[in-house]
Amino acid sequence: MATSAPAPTRIDEPDIGESTREDRPWIVLVWNDPINLMSYVTFVFQKLFGYSKEKAEKLMLDVHLKGRAVVSSGPREKAELDVFRLHEHGLWATMQHDT
Amino acid sequence: MIFFRRSPVRRVRAGVYQVNLSAEERRLLRDLPRQLRDLLAQTDDPALRRLFPPAYVDDPEGEAEYRRLMGDDLLQGRQAALETMAASIDQPELDEEQVTAWLSSLNDLRLVLGTQLDIQEDDDPQNTPAHQLYYYLTMLEDSVIVAMASQFE
Repeated sequence: MATSAPAPTRIDEPDIGESTREDRPWIVLVWNDPINLMSYVTFVFQKLFGYSKEKAEKLMLDVHLKGRAVVSSGPREKAELDVFRLHEHGLWATMQHDT
Repeated sequence: MIFFRRSPVRRVRAGVYQVNLSAEERRLLRDLPRQLRDLLAQTDDPALRRLFPPAYVDDPEGEAEYRRLMGDDLLQGRQAALETMAASIDQPELDEEQVTAWLSSLNDLRLVLGTQLDIQEDDDPQNTPAHQLYYYLTMLEDSVIVAMASQFE
């Protein structure tokens, strides 16, 4: 038995599980805060994501009325860049795995 | 205080913004970017936390990595915008880069001042000098936003 190749399943399983977890898309959330102006939040969504005024306003109102909104999603690197750009603009943004 | 006045910042054409501010307003604004730059040098000031929120709420390792990779860029971007605003404070007209720096700086100033004043959404207006400054910055920032957003119309 010592010369036979190890059964691959036992070794690969955790890796497959991990990569599946990493491949799940990430979502970027913007949270309500009492200081940023509604006009500013709408403007930033239009500027950063190229959203129409209607879409940007709907997301801004979701943030304002529901406390948060998903503003973008994708692989980890994209989500992290979006969070960074939102942080550059002073918005309270976080990222997490889509559930 | 209620401002019955024309919007002080207007977009004249692509990349040109007219700024109508009194000498007194410009004097008031001249000092603020430097004050925030000084505050940014004190990284432990609690009012600064609002400028650097966490990216990962329940992942300390991810958050530490994000801070390591992005923290300096976030800080330097803010400092550069404040310097650009300070250098263009007396100009009657701003270009796109300058007006972008004004918007960034005005928003950061309001975030820090608003955090210090513990501003809440349903607050009644208050009469302290710090609150009046906050309301003034709000009026000015909104004027910049309206002027810049007209490019999306």
